[in-house]
Amino acid sequence: MIVEIGHYALVLALALSVIQTVLPFWGARARDASLMGIGPVAAVGVFICVAIAFGALTWAYVTSDFTVRNVVENSHSLKPLLFRITGLWGNHEGSMLLWVLVVALFGALLAVARNMAPGVLRADALAVQGLISVAFLTFIISVSNPFARLVAPPAEGQDLNPILQDIGLAIHPPLLYIGYVGFSLVFAFAAAALIGGRIDAIWARAVRPWCLIAWAFLTLGIAMGSYWAYYELGWGGFWFWDPVENASFMPWLSGTALLHSILVMEKRDALKVWTILLAILTFSLSLLGAFLVRSGVLTSVHAFATDPGRGLFILAILVFFIGGGFALFAWRAPLLKTGGLFAPVSREGALVVNNLLLATACATVFIGTLYPLALEGLTGDKISVGPPFYDATFVPLAMALLLLIPFGQALAWKRGDLAGAVSRLLFVMGLSIVACLAIVFMQHGGPVLAVIGLWLGIFVFVGGVNEILSRSWKRGASLSVVLRRAAGLPRSAWGAAVAHAGVGVCVIGLAAQAWSIETLASVRPGQPLAVGPYEVVLTDSFSRQVANYREDVARFHVLQGGAIIRTVDASKRFFPARNTSTTEAGISTIGLGQVYVALGDAGEHGLGVRLYWKPWVLLIWIGAVIAAIGGALSFSDRRLRVGAPTRGRRKQPAAKDATAMATVAAQ
Amino acid sequence: MTRKKRRLLLIGSAVAVLGVALGLVLFAMRDTIVFFYGPTELAQKNIQPGARLRIGGLVKEGSVERLASQQVRFAITDSTSDVRVSYAGLLPDLFREGQGVVAEGVLQPDRTFLADKVLAKHDERYMPREVADALKKQGVWQGEETAGAARP
Repeated sequence: MIVEIGHYALVLALALSVIQTVLPFWGARARDASLMGIGPVAAVGVFICVAIAFGALTWAYVTSDFTVRNVVENSHSLKPLLFRITGLWGNHEGSMLLWVLVVALFGALLAVARNMAPGVLRADALAVQGLISVAFLTFIISVSNPFARLVAPPAEGQDLNPILQDIGLAIHPPLLYIGYVGFSLVFAFAAAALIGGRIDAIWARAVRPWCLIAWAFLTLGIAMGSYWAYYELGWGGFWFWDPVENASFMPWLSGTALLHSILVMEKRDALKVWTILLAILTFSLSLLGAFLVRSGVLTSVHAFATDPGRGLFILAILVFFIGGGFALFAWRAPLLKTGGLFAPVSREGALVVNNLLLATACATVFIGTLYPLALEGLTGDKISVGPPFYDATFVPLAMALLLLIPFGQALAWKRGDLAGAVSRLLFVMGLSIVACLAIVFMQHGGPVLAVIGLWLGIFVFVGGVNEILSRSWKRGASLSVVLRRAAGLPRSAWGAAVAHAGVGVCVIGLAAQAWSIETLASVRPGQPLAVGPYEVVLTDSFSRQVANYREDVARFHVLQGGAIIRTVDASKRFFPARNTSTTEAGISTIGLGQVYVALGDAGEHGLGVRLYWKPWVLLIWIGAVIAAIGGALSFSDRRLRVGAPTRGRRKQPAAKDATAMATVAAQ
Repeated sequence: MTRKKRRLLLIGSAVAVLGVALGLVLFAMRDTIVFFYGPTELAQKNIQPGARLRIGGLVKEGSVERLASQQVRFAITDSTSDVRVSYAGLLPDLFREGQGVVAEGVLQPDRTFLADKVLAKHDERYMPREVADALKKQGVWQGEETAGAARP
């Protein structure tokens, strides 16, 4: 019964989303406030209906209702409760339902958010968002129904892919989807601006918060996915330049560019057409990601079912929205009043270079991801484009961008003073060089590229910290005054500085991996193996039965100077329901670094192990989290809310500069 | 600075960045791309040793030899031709005889393959697509059922 309610709610949601699309759009043309007023109501209705459907499917999973085909294929009654719930989106149908839930969520948020956008713009944006719901709901109901029943239900389910039976599945997809789909609302706003033929700083102010939310969640989603791959796949790597990873990275790159160009639009009324284009592009890349991942074009753990009908349907949705978006752009963009030009040496000039580099970097990732597919389609040759390609193309562009961040932050709007900015950064540069050299000296040298990367990371980090310090610290000021001044800086200024510092931290972590150590060996109990500054020794091995799998555990001690400092368990798990085994790496965090133990097969020579010492590896993800926090800080800035009452009297000069910075930041 | 000059500067810098990126991409395309072949293709195409390749097929039954210090030797087959592969490292969880596998590495002068990366499927239900295609070409593809549960 509950399952039928869920199915029915989904159909109802489709009907409501048609209303959400048609009536506000019509109302906006007819300037009819009551028709436009239906939009928000319908949007909230769509969200409630999809939430009911989602709840119903969750119920079927929790109670292991094996009359539902989706549950049979992806669940097992012995599976722990958490994985029964998360298994919902660990498959094709369920993940598309989660996708629609987030689309509807953003529609509803726009509907209830007050003062975010002027009437007609909001009505049109809601209509476009509704159209996105219509497309994906039609897809779900027609070819990807998660509520389909089985005529002859089996007694037991087939269980979920064991790799996915992990806490990561509870965190990574929802975060990533909020990020991906969040850009749908930005796309809706861009389309609405094109339909209305009006675009100005108010548009930028209305869109920026949504862009910030989407960006922060996408950052977290990607970082979480990377950490999950790192500990679950057991290869010790955290980024493989796999097409599926790239699919999430491309919208991130263009979304980051968008975040910065919106700022120029808000502050200087320039880069309008480019910003609209980026908004369309970012969501197009999100859709492309969904298509690549879900259609079976690529093989990966993310490609759940390779059903050509579904792939074609998603392709149709992709073509409709991307084609429609660009057609609208081609038709309406020339009508938009373009903004003024500006001095090359200025904050906005730096932001243009930022956009140029980010867009180009995104294009290199795009080529690397799609070229193999295109080549195979054209010539039948199968190739793979791996890390060396990206090292040679993406990395130099990224380095140029990193170098630019502190300078961009130090330049003023309108007319910047390059010499002044450089002189203000001399201390930052000096400090970062000294710090970098000290680290390299302690590590007895290292590869040149890694040293440069390390310096860039420190430079960006110190630059971010300096941004707050230089604006709150004056010679002779007491600590309390400095703190008060720092606290008084606008949130968006903090957001920018924090996000940039986060990027720096992440880059430091990435560069530090050049000093990681890898050892491959067969070990017997009691026989110590050196890995970096530590020794690892196998002490014990045993088997145990846990919930729905059997586990062979190897216990290791990590020694430093002969003393045991950590105990770490690595294991192999066998899942009888799927006749599959997985390897669980043993990871022991020591400071910011980790000792990583992956198990191989036991043979006559002992137990095969691969050991890593990864110095400062945690910084990679900590940096991403810091960057996302920066995005959240910027989001919480009151001045982003159009019409929000201003606290106290306006502080003219300081305030202006503040939001500005936020842009350069959010990387 | 006049409007015209500013615009020129903007366009100029855009062209410069794009040009550099294009150069990098073309340069990288020449050196960093790895071709994929099935064992039969590898035999037919007369590929020079030393090239970095990916080869894929099924792990030949009874071919897996585990040597000291994590050295492994096995053969990849598409039932028409075989390639001998040697590899030092941990094999993926789903590496089994008779299962699909992709190895990345360098072809040796003696026509054996020295792999530095071995990839198996993420899930027992699916075959790496390149492998499935390579097997289809040789007519030994048996559909989706390879191992584990059949789908209802």
